[in-house]
Amino acid sequence: MADVNFIVDGKKLTAPAGTLLIDACRKADIEIPAFCYYPGLSLQAACRMCVVRQEKVGKLQTACTTTVAEGQVFITESAEIAQARKATIQLLLGNHPLDCPVCDAGGECELQDMTFKYGAGESLYTEAKQHREEQQWSPAVYYDRPRCILCYRCTRICGEGMDVWALGVQNRGVRSVIAPNGGDQLDCEQCGMCIDVCPVGALTSGSYRYKTRPWEMNHVSTVCTHCADGCKVTLGVRQVNDGSEIVRADNRDKSGINGDFLCAKGRFGFDFVDSKERLTKPLVRNAAGELEPATWEHALRVAAAKLKEVRDSKGGAAIGVIGSNQTTNEENYLLQKFARTVLKTNSIDHERTADYVAFASALAGHPGKGASLREAGTAPAILLVGGNPTEEHPLLAWNLRTNVRLNRARLYIANCSEIKLERQATAVQHLTEDGYPALGAYLDLSNSDFSKAVLAEESLLVIFGQEYRGLQIASLVEWGLKRGNVRFAYLGDYANSRGAADMGLLPDLLPGYVPVAEPGAFAAEYAGLPATSGKTQPEMFAAAAKGELGALLVVGANPVAKLGIDAIALKNTFVIVQDIFLTETAALADVVLPAAGLYEKTGTVTNTFGDVQLARKAADRAGVKPDFEILVRLAGAMDVDVKTLVPFGKSGTTADLGQSRGANSGEADRHAVWLAANNLEWKMSPFDPLAVLDEIERLVPGYALDRTNLLGGNDVATEPGFVPVSALTGSDLAVPAHDGLFTSGTLGRYSKALKELEEHQAREVVEAVVE
Amino acid sequence: MPRLVSHPDEVKIVTSRFGMGAANIERYIELGGYASAKKCLEQGPDWIINEMKASNLRGRGGAGFPAGMKWSFVPKQSAKPKYVLVNGDESEPGTCKDHLIFLHDPHAVIEGTIIAGLAIGAKVGFIYLRGEYRYLLEIMEKAVADAYARGFLGKNIFGSDTEFQVITQTGAGAYEVGEESALMESLEGKRGVPRIKPPFPAVVGLYGGPTVINNAETIATVPHVIEMGAAAYAAVGSERNGGTRLFSISGHVERPGVYELPMGYNLKKMIYEVAGGIRGGRKLKAVVPGGSSTPVLLPEEIDIGMDFDQVGKAGSMLGSGGVVVIDDQTCIVEFALRTISFYQHESCGWCIPCREGTDWIKKSLTRFHAGFGEAKDIDNIQYLAENMMGRTFCPLGDAAAMPTLGFVKKFRKEFEDHLNGKPCPFAKHVDLAVV
Repeated sequence: MADVNFIVDGKKLTAPAGTLLIDACRKADIEIPAFCYYPGLSLQAACRMCVVRQEKVGKLQTACTTTVAEGQVFITESAEIAQARKATIQLLLGNHPLDCPVCDAGGECELQDMTFKYGAGESLYTEAKQHREEQQWSPAVYYDRPRCILCYRCTRICGEGMDVWALGVQNRGVRSVIAPNGGDQLDCEQCGMCIDVCPVGALTSGSYRYKTRPWEMNHVSTVCTHCADGCKVTLGVRQVNDGSEIVRADNRDKSGINGDFLCAKGRFGFDFVDSKERLTKPLVRNAAGELEPATWEHALRVAAAKLKEVRDSKGGAAIGVIGSNQTTNEENYLLQKFARTVLKTNSIDHERTADYVAFASALAGHPGKGASLREAGTAPAILLVGGNPTEEHPLLAWNLRTNVRLNRARLYIANCSEIKLERQATAVQHLTEDGYPALGAYLDLSNSDFSKAVLAEESLLVIFGQEYRGLQIASLVEWGLKRGNVRFAYLGDYANSRGAADMGLLPDLLPGYVPVAEPGAFAAEYAGLPATSGKTQPEMFAAAAKGELGALLVVGANPVAKLGIDAIALKNTFVIVQDIFLTETAALADVVLPAAGLYEKTGTVTNTFGDVQLARKAADRAGVKPDFEILVRLAGAMDVDVKTLVPFGKSGTTADLGQSRGANSGEADRHAVWLAANNLEWKMSPFDPLAVLDEIERLVPGYALDRTNLLGGNDVATEPGFVPVSALTGSDLAVPAHDGLFTSGTLGRYSKALKELEEHQAREVVEAVVE
Repeated sequence: MPRLVSHPDEVKIVTSRFGMGAANIERYIELGGYASAKKCLEQGPDWIINEMKASNLRGRGGAGFPAGMKWSFVPKQSAKPKYVLVNGDESEPGTCKDHLIFLHDPHAVIEGTIIAGLAIGAKVGFIYLRGEYRYLLEIMEKAVADAYARGFLGKNIFGSDTEFQVITQTGAGAYEVGEESALMESLEGKRGVPRIKPPFPAVVGLYGGPTVINNAETIATVPHVIEMGAAAYAAVGSERNGGTRLFSISGHVERPGVYELPMGYNLKKMIYEVAGGIRGGRKLKAVVPGGSSTPVLLPEEIDIGMDFDQVGKAGSMLGSGGVVVIDDQTCIVEFALRTISFYQHESCGWCIPCREGTDWIKKSLTRFHAGFGEAKDIDNIQYLAENMMGRTFCPLGDAAAMPTLGFVKKFRKEFEDHLNGKPCPFAKHVDLAVV
C-alpha cells in the first residue's frame, strides 16, 4: 500500500497505509504498552493498555486496532493516557496475587514492568481477591488463574500459531479462565508456546517452575541439538558444584531462524544433559574384560597406542571411523582430517538419515537453487513432497503454517499418508508409497487440478523428505530445474546431519563433496591422503566381522543399536568410542571417552536446509571434554604435531596451549600484551574449534561463510559445494530416524521430560479413543 | 403472560395487531399482513431504502441509528452472501417490548425481515431470540413454517423468482450478545464476545458477509412504515425521530406495562398519566429513562420529550425505552448495587476495565450497603466507573459505568447516609448483601 504521513507525539512518521499504529510506533522507537497485542496473532483490543489519543476523536483509541492514514495526529504519552493505563493496571492488580517473590515470572514479567512504569502502587480495594487453585494441565504446563490477566495470547498461539486449538476460555466475566478444551488435561503437541508468550507467570513450565530466579541464570543463545531444523534456543544456566545446570530452554531471543517458535524437544528436552547416566570419566577395558574408570591421560595413551599400532602394522585401511550427526562442523571436519591424514584411512562414514550426497549431486552446477529454512516462511508457493514436518520438523511446519496464515502462501502437499499440514494446504495429492519417483511426470502429464495448480505457480519452493534418495532425487530436481524458478530443500534428521555430509564424513568424498580421487585444493594440505575410497559404515562392520578391521573410532554415534550389530562382530576390533552416554556401542568399546554435548561446547552446525549457525557453549560438566579437544589430544598422544590438524597461532611460533582467557576474565588486556609480545594471534588454543573455521572456509566449497553474521548469532545460508560429485548414494545407506514430537534418537532416550510428555500424550490418545 | 395495557394517548402502529390473534397467519393476512412485503418486491431496493430514510425510523435497540441509512451502507455487489439479522436478544433490564412482538405479532418480524432482505439483496435472514426467550421460539418457528407453506418464504417468494429464507436461533443466555457483533459470534456458534470494529457489520458481518442487523422492534415496524407511507409515519413522531416507540414502563407506578407512544412524548406525562402515577400515592425519587444502562434522572429533570435527542440533552439516553420509575421508599445505593450486579454477572470478561471494574464496584457496593463502607469508597466507586467509561471494548462497560456515575453524582448524600456503621435508611439491605 502507498505510504502515508502522520504525526505521533510531534514526530513525523511515514508508513504504508493500513499499518497498525502500534507497529508503526514500535518501528519508530515509540513504545506503546500492550498485553494482548502480539505480532502475527489476531487482534484482541482486550487489555486496553495501548490506548492513545487521536486528534478529533472523542474516546481514547487502541493503537493495536487503529490503522494509520494520511494526516492523522496521535499522542501516545500524556497525563490522561498515563492515568488510563494506570487505572487498567490497578484493576488487574486487584485480583492479582502479587506473589512476585515466588513467581517464576518475577523479574521478567510484563505486568511488573508496566506497574513499574505507570505506578498503581496503592490498593483501592478492601475485599478479598478472587482465588482459584493452580492446575496442572500436563507434565509441561501449569496454570495459575489468579496470576492470569486474560490477554488470550496463549489461546491464539495454540490455535492460530500451532493449529492445535487446545486452549479456550471458560466461564465469563471476572470468573473467566483459560482452560484446556474438553477436559482438564492438555491434549496437544506440548510445545510450551503458551508458556512462552504468557506475559505474566500464569502459565509455567513443569520443568522450570519454582526452581530459580531469572537473574540467577546466565542466558546463552545456542542451537537446539534435537532435530535438523536448528532452532535458536536460549538456555538458562545456573552454576552448581559439578559444573552448571541447564534450568530451562526457551526462545526469548526471537532473532533466531525460528522467530517465535520452539517445540517440545527444544523447550523441555535439554535435561538429557544432566542425566545421571552421563559419562564423566574415561573408561578402559581391563585385563578382566571390564570397563574401568581411568584418567584421561591413560585412556588417550591406550587409544593412541592402539591406533598407531594398527595403522603402522596393517595400514590405515584397517581402521574405520564413524562420525556423528550431532557434533559440530568443526569437529566433523577435524574428525575426517584426522582420519585421512593421521589414521591414513578414507573409511569414514556417519549414520546417514538422508541422502544429502545425492541432493548435492543433483544440484551440482546449479547455484542459487538451494533454499534456506527462512524461505519456507516467505515463499509464495511451496510444494511439500513426503515427510511429516509437524512431527519431524516442527519449525518447518510452523513456518509453513505461518506463511499460509499471514502471507496467504499456497501450500501443495504430495504424500502417501495423511499429514496434519493438509489443513493449511491449497491442494493435496495422495500418492501410493512407490508413487514418489513418478511425481514429476504426474505433474507434467496428468492435467489434474493438483497438477494444474502447481504448474500455474510462477515460483515454487520444493521441499522433499527422505522418501527420496539417489536417482529419485535427481529426477525430482531435474523436473524442477526444467520448470525454472524452483528452489529445493531436502529433509533429514538430527541437528547436524547435513553438516556431517557437508564436512565429508563420507568414504569417497572430502568436505564439500570433493572426491577423494580428485582432491584439488585438499591435496596440498592433506599430506598422505589415501587416494582410494574407504569403506561405508556397513562395509566397516562386514570387515570387522571378517577380522579385517583392526580399530574402529566411533564419535557420537550408536551404530551397534542402529544397525543391530552383533557384539561378536567386533570381537577382533579395538573400539574407541567418544560419547556422552554409555550407549550400546560404547558398552562394547575398549576405550570410552566421555564427551561434551552440544550445549557444552562451541561450534557451528548446519541444518537440513543448509543454514549454518553458531552453537555457543552454555554449560559446563566436570570430567567431560568436547569431541574437538578429545581428537586433538588423541592426535597429540599419537605424536602428531597438532598444528598440522588445527592451524592455531602464527606459523613457526610456539603454541599457546590453552592459555587464552575469556574476554571477560579481566585478564584480557594483560593477555593481549602477552600475545603480542610472543607474536601470537587470538584464538591460540588448538582446542578452540573456531580455529579451523578459516580452513573450512578456504577449502570447503560452499562454505564461504559470512563470519560477522555467523559469529553474531545469525543463521548463514549455504548450498552444497557445487562440484561434480561421484558418490555412493542410494537407499540402503540412508536410514531415516522418523523421530516423533517427543523422541530424538539417543539423546531423547535420556530426557526425563520428553519421556513424561510422551507418556502423557499416549494416555490422552487412549482416553480419547475410549471416549 | 404479561397483561396488555392501553391508554388513549397511545398511537397503535406496531402494537396494532396485539391481542388479535395475529400469530395465526390467516388472521395476520386478514389484518393486512404481507401486503407490504409484496409491495416492496414490486418496488425494488432503492425505493425501499428511500422510504426507510424518509420515515426517520431510528434503531429501537438503543443507539438510535437511522435504519434507512444503515441499510444503504450495505454494498450492492458482494462476493460473499449478504444477510439480514434480527436482534431479538432483548436483555436490557426494564425492557420487555420485543417479547410482546414475538408473542403477538411474529409475522410482522418475518415480514420486516423479508423487506430488509429485499432492500439489501440478501437471500437469508436470521431471527435471533434471547436465550431466555426459548419459549417464544415455538411461536416464531410456527410462524416461519406457515410463511414457508404459503410461499412467502423460500426459493420463489410470493411467486416471484426472488429467494428468501428465514432461520430462527436462540442464544444461550448472555446480555452481551445483544451487542451486534457478539450476537454474530454467538450465531456462528462461538463464544459471545464482541468483534473489533471497523469493519462494521454492513461490510463484514455474519460469516464475513455484509449484514444488516436491526432490533426486533425496528424490523417489526418496517411493514407498517411501508403500509402507511414514510411521510405519514414520520409525521407521528418528533423532529428526526420518526414514528412511535414501545415504552416499557416498570417500577413503582400504578399501571406498569408496554405502551406505544409517539416519539417525543413527555416523560412526566408518561409516568403520571399513562402509567397512572406513583403507586400508593408515594413520591417520585428518580427515573431511569431508557433501560438500566442509562443515567438516572431526578424528578425535576423529567419534563422532557422522550426521543433520542431530547433525552440526550437532559444528560441521559432514550436507550431501549425501558422506563424504570423509582419511588421515595427505594434505597439508591441498593438500586445501584442491583444494577451493577447485573452488569458484573453479564460482563463477558473480554476486556479488563469491564471485567474487573464491574466486579470491584459490585464488591464495594455490597459492603457499602451492608454498612461497612468508608468515605473513600464513594470516591473509589466513582473513580472505577470513570475509568471504565469510554475505555472498554464494547458498550457494556459504558452501560455499567453510566448508571453508577449517575447514582453516585446525583445521590451522593444518600451514599454518605450509609457511612459510619449507620444502617441503610431504607433498612432493606439484608436481602441484597448476597445479590
